[in-house]
Amino acid sequence: MLKKRLVLTFPQTMVEEPITYRLIKDYDLVVNILRARISREEEGRLIIEISGEKEALDKGLNYLKKIGVAIQPLAKDVRWLEDRCTHCTVCVPLCPTEAIVVDRQRMEISFDKDRCIVCGACIPACPYKAVEILF
Amino acid sequence: MAKTLAEINEKIKKGEAVVVTAEEIIDLVDEKGIKKAAQEVDVVTSATFGPMCSSGIYLNIGHSKPKIKLGGGKAYLNEVPVYTGLAAVDFYLGATALPDDDPRNRVHPGEFRYGGGHVIEDLVSGKDVKFVATAHGTDCYPRKSLETWINLKDVNEAVLFNPRNAYQNYNVAGNLSDKVIYTYMGILQPNLGNANYCSAGQLSPLFNDPYYKTIGVGTRIFLGGGVGYVVWQGTQHNPTAPRTEKGVPRSGAGTMAVLGNLKQMSPEWLKGTSMTGYGVTLSVGIGVPIPILNEEILSYTTVKDEEILAQIVDYSEAYPQRKSGSLGEVSYAQLKSGKITVQGKEVPTGSLSSYAKARKIASLLKDWIKKGEFLLAEPVELLPSVESGISFKPLKERPIK
Repeated sequence: MLKKRLVLTFPQTMVEEPITYRLIKDYDLVVNILRARISREEEGRLIIEISGEKEALDKGLNYLKKIGVAIQPLAKDVRWLEDRCTHCTVCVPLCPTEAIVVDRQRMEISFDKDRCIVCGACIPACPYKAVEILF
Repeated sequence: MAKTLAEINEKIKKGEAVVVTAEEIIDLVDEKGIKKAAQEVDVVTSATFGPMCSSGIYLNIGHSKPKIKLGGGKAYLNEVPVYTGLAAVDFYLGATALPDDDPRNRVHPGEFRYGGGHVIEDLVSGKDVKFVATAHGTDCYPRKSLETWINLKDVNEAVLFNPRNAYQNYNVAGNLSDKVIYTYMGILQPNLGNANYCSAGQLSPLFNDPYYKTIGVGTRIFLGGGVGYVVWQGTQHNPTAPRTEKGVPRSGAGTMAVLGNLKQMSPEWLKGTSMTGYGVTLSVGIGVPIPILNEEILSYTTVKDEEILAQIVDYSEAYPQRKSGSLGEVSYAQLKSGKITVQGKEVPTGSLSSYAKARKIASLLKDWIKKGEFLLAEPVELLPSVESGISFKPLKERPIK
């Protein structure tokens, strides 16, 4: 079993294509939608956690590429600028997945990219603009 | 056995002073007892780092040729307006100033990406800053406009002068309403979704000298990475706030006005700060050395987070409408654990004040003193304490008919 967190970007013309249905039904993959932003006026963005056997996963991702969906690993989309961070912790209660955690001894923050679902809650909360989403 | 400040300074000069941070002193006194520790320890270093809106700088940029009189005119640094109502080429830039064309909260919540605090950070980072001014022109100062780059290293005096910093204690902010609110205490989620606080607690300067028995006008301090001074009580200084038996204020209380040479300071300890939906400000690092003159002064520095209490205030209604009433009282130990209980509900906490940076300042100041690079200064006057009767008054409006 392999698991990946991916950012899928697709053009306006494709927003009606039921890609999650295809991934599940045709490729036997487990798809968990973490975040979606799809509208008729703009391109679609889908953040998914996808898991399955390696072969199925490769085939599923090939299908996406073939129909014109751009695939990026999720981690690339979030950046914690540690040199701007003061470790104040004001962002911590706003993070829904505990991707930002505090070492209570050191009172310092660490950021776990794997837990981040790119919800963006920390972006306006940070007084020092120490988190960036390339979205 | 009491010590004098002069005796402590003699030890500092010889490199023999025993200096510990306001955190380290807690365990040390637990181990050795007050009496022995008071004999051994000379200085306890306290510190804080957080947004402090009542901050700003004044600069003298030197005379252009021909000369211009900025006083009565308008001037901007990186498009942020400065106060020119001073002599010809002096001006003051406040941390919360915004460019005239900043959209502010027209689309709520505004981002407030750049303002006075950020200009100050840019200056101490050594960046060139764009200066633009217009003036009315006089016989002795004929020029009516000026546009030039300026750099901190080229100006004459550059002084950080903050009328109110280092609040002795502060509210814990929550939101009882059913909507997200955007405050100077951060983004507050509806129905007490989170609670934010802003103090270094046991490390914070005025918690370690709660009756201001050593801190006053002339106290030499760590300010923004350089050397500064306490120059007056801060605005809103309120020594008569309610206190615990050990003298720890349960709310706001004391504040300090501080000043120092901006040219010595660094962006690590002066940071431009953006509060979404609220505005811009400056986060300031301050460290205050407390001379251990006697056992009483030492005992104050042993204050622990468990003993320091703060009031939980609703920022959706009580705070803006100036209604009294607290949703409860919590200790900084509880706040720093990451969750508190308010009205029976578990609420996650966040801090605006950086304890990690406060800890680093306390340790830096300790090193400066141990190396003999930083001597303590005897205040010429202590900050007004409880007996002054000073209390912070609200505004009594008298409508103009």
